[in-house]
Amino acid sequence: MPRYSFTVNGKPVTVEAPADLALLWVLRDKLGITGPKYGCGVGVCRACTSHLDGAEIQPCVTPVADCAGREVTTIEGLADGDTLHPVQQAWLDEDVAQCGFCQPGQIMAAVALLRRTPNPTDEDIDKVENVCRCGTYFRIRQAIKKAAAH
Amino acid sequence: MPIPPDGDSRMKVGRRGVLAFLVAAPTLTVAVRLGMGAEAAPTPASIPSLPDVSDFADLGDLLTAAALPTSRLLTLQITTANRVVLELPRAEVGQGISTAVAMIVADELDARLSDVDTPLSDARRALVWNQLTGGSNSVRSLYGPVRALAAEARARLVTAAAQRWDLPADRLVTRDTRVVAPDGRTATYGSLSAAAAKVTAPAVSARPKPESQHRVIGRPTRRVDARALVTGSAEFALDVAVPGAMAAVVARPPTIGGTVASVDDSAAKGMPGVVAVARIPTGVAVVAETFGQAIAARDALKISWGPGPVSELSDVDIRRQLRAAVPPFGPLSLLTPRIDAEFDFAFVPHAPMETNCAVADVRADRAEIWASSKTPIYAQQTIAAELGLPQDRVTMHVTRGGGSFGRKLFFDAALEAAQVSRKVGRPIRLMWTRADDVRHGRMRPATHHRLRVTHAAGQVLSYEHRVASVQTDFRTGIGEALSAMFADLVPPAYPQLVFRLTEKVPYNFGLVTELLNEIPLKLNTASWRSVYSATVRAAEEIMVDEVARKLGRDPVAFRRATLQTARGRAVLDAVASRGKWGRPMPAGHAQGVAYHEEYKSCTACLVEIDATDPRRPRVTRATIVADVGRPINPKGLEAQLLGGLTDGISTILQAGAHIDHGLPLESSFSDFRYARQRHTPSDVDIHIMPATGEPGGAGELGVPAAAGAVANAYARATGTSPRSFPINFDVDFTPLPR
Repeated sequence: MPRYSFTVNGKPVTVEAPADLALLWVLRDKLGITGPKYGCGVGVCRACTSHLDGAEIQPCVTPVADCAGREVTTIEGLADGDTLHPVQQAWLDEDVAQCGFCQPGQIMAAVALLRRTPNPTDEDIDKVENVCRCGTYFRIRQAIKKAAAH
Repeated sequence: MPIPPDGDSRMKVGRRGVLAFLVAAPTLTVAVRLGMGAEAAPTPASIPSLPDVSDFADLGDLLTAAALPTSRLLTLQITTANRVVLELPRAEVGQGISTAVAMIVADELDARLSDVDTPLSDARRALVWNQLTGGSNSVRSLYGPVRALAAEARARLVTAAAQRWDLPADRLVTRDTRVVAPDGRTATYGSLSAAAAKVTAPAVSARPKPESQHRVIGRPTRRVDARALVTGSAEFALDVAVPGAMAAVVARPPTIGGTVASVDDSAAKGMPGVVAVARIPTGVAVVAETFGQAIAARDALKISWGPGPVSELSDVDIRRQLRAAVPPFGPLSLLTPRIDAEFDFAFVPHAPMETNCAVADVRADRAEIWASSKTPIYAQQTIAAELGLPQDRVTMHVTRGGGSFGRKLFFDAALEAAQVSRKVGRPIRLMWTRADDVRHGRMRPATHHRLRVTHAAGQVLSYEHRVASVQTDFRTGIGEALSAMFADLVPPAYPQLVFRLTEKVPYNFGLVTELLNEIPLKLNTASWRSVYSATVRAAEEIMVDEVARKLGRDPVAFRRATLQTARGRAVLDAVASRGKWGRPMPAGHAQGVAYHEEYKSCTACLVEIDATDPRRPRVTRATIVADVGRPINPKGLEAQLLGGLTDGISTILQAGAHIDHGLPLESSFSDFRYARQRHTPSDVDIHIMPATGEPGGAGELGVPAAAGAVANAYARATGTSPRSFPINFDVDFTPLPR
């Protein structure tokens, strides 16, 4: 079985896996990194949203082979030690999470949005596709605006 | 028996007579006692008999009374490390009950909220009828017992400090998880816990403080688990690290309840990472090192499937059967002018973000299960029976759940995980894929409604609502509790009783009758957030608008004139004022309003919709006002109402499931169109009315009013009378192959 080396949240890792195994299962089932969640497996609900070289990806549809030599960041790698990322802090301040299952993906999507668009309009925020079945969208919107103002 | 024999005093006990007593333990541990001057020690666990259903105003009263006898088994502990621990016999699925209960404890005990832990309790078989999460009843059933526990603990801690310092107990005060003396000396609760456990009689009152002195209850408070949720450290079932656990998925039939005729697993077994293939009653399980490998191997199985009980059943047949099953109107209504309307509501999957899943480690003589469950005792019983083990050899850990909306009343994934673990001889992490979850999971039943209102001289004389529903499955989950509770009652059993205890017309509409008939189709249904009210009350609120229009009345003014309670009118007035009811709207835009009361709470919702493109309507603004009697955590309550709003938008405008040959066509969030950010308003105002009484329920409260308001706004914006929901519900997608 092929081996792939890359970094996850700043730490180098090497895994043995079929080339087409989705990164989500490498993270969750091989590396024990469980922040990214399975919600659909087809890149639609975006609960697993993480970053590859700083850009948003859905690990459930990203083959591990595509990550070789690159930098993967999951929700666990967002904070600086005990200091939360401003988007995480905004999520706390706005008390966004209900069940919280989609929120790692929501936060990673918001971080990516703010990197692309530091001062997003409501229309920009509308383009975030991540599903929240608890329906927290208004608080997500407020938190993104708060983080943008940070 | 801890319950007085007559029904009236039973209710008094429920509302006023909850005390607490000391449990023999090295550190302070208190439990609940029932009744004034009753025995000071717990009686042995026994199953209490239940009062008649007619004793109760609503389902919540019944559930609260059912939970009360075993509330004496709730315990509150103070550890030497100064942690206050209450093991919560409820599921946390996002509704915020672990925060609300921690707040109640902190307030009554004068503890810092950050010193209070409310871990989810394992299944405890002795907690009969008190480890059910449902009916928006957790706060209602726990508010009294938890305050009693905390008040008793506080009294004993104060007494222990008084003895230590040789001071009169009434000179001491409590704050920040400490006892404080007039001279400034302090002692943490943790340091007093062992001494407090030896206190025989508290020297200060052990009664809960007057509600006027609450300083945590009623204060908007962020979730106690928020940091874990935003850092990814919060542990859901499949995040639990169980050594050696393997990933399992199940190949499921192409129609609900289909059977396996034959399996060729030769290709699958040779695939990377595959550990085992095992037949279970619901399909064929594939076990592998990772879920990705298990799913790939599952796709390589060659299975010949036999038909299921609904293989030939599709939406058109279900609609026909529902229409034929609607109970008839009474003859009286033919005598006067009338308004008739019919409504259809589609099936709606629960589809929580966390798909159905569980971890099981089954050994020869014991089993350990990890799953989010709203009915863990029944899960434990069922799994023990399945495995041929005594119930106490099955440990059922309740993990936090990634949403429920009623789904986690059922524990089918835990049962499957146990079956696979036993067959394969390894710990198993079993997960349903999203397509499994949407197609073989559970749904809000499809319904058909006929409403008839008669009127004369501008007044409603009679209101009749006839509902036909695909049978709601209460057999497990809430059914466990209810089936036991209702065992002595006459048929036709649970659906009728739940309907009777939950559905109520809040308006003075003369002669009111609401009747339900359910058709027993073998589809997978379950209570879905707000159960019957989500469709029954939504249809009713649409009808109220249509009657108002017919009578030439403004929808708010008409509701205001006919609402039965002053509380309801106050909520409606507040929503109309805050939401600027009647303000001019551009063409294609409109406001809509609706009202709902249940769980001893009431709410009104006012939305504005942009339906200039009727195929792509967008709710642009929402105002919600709620009176829940006594809000514990207004911030959490607002969150629940926000969720209810999103549910209303979704189910009225765009989200449901089509049944084709016994299987939903939908399989993911691409075709099951639960709202996303772009479908929801960027302007939301939620207002909670001040406390006036006892806490009512709130977790499901928001759905019916939101659904009604969205439908009414759409109707007014488009000049149409929508009759079938969701409104935009074409099969404009290519269904995932079966």
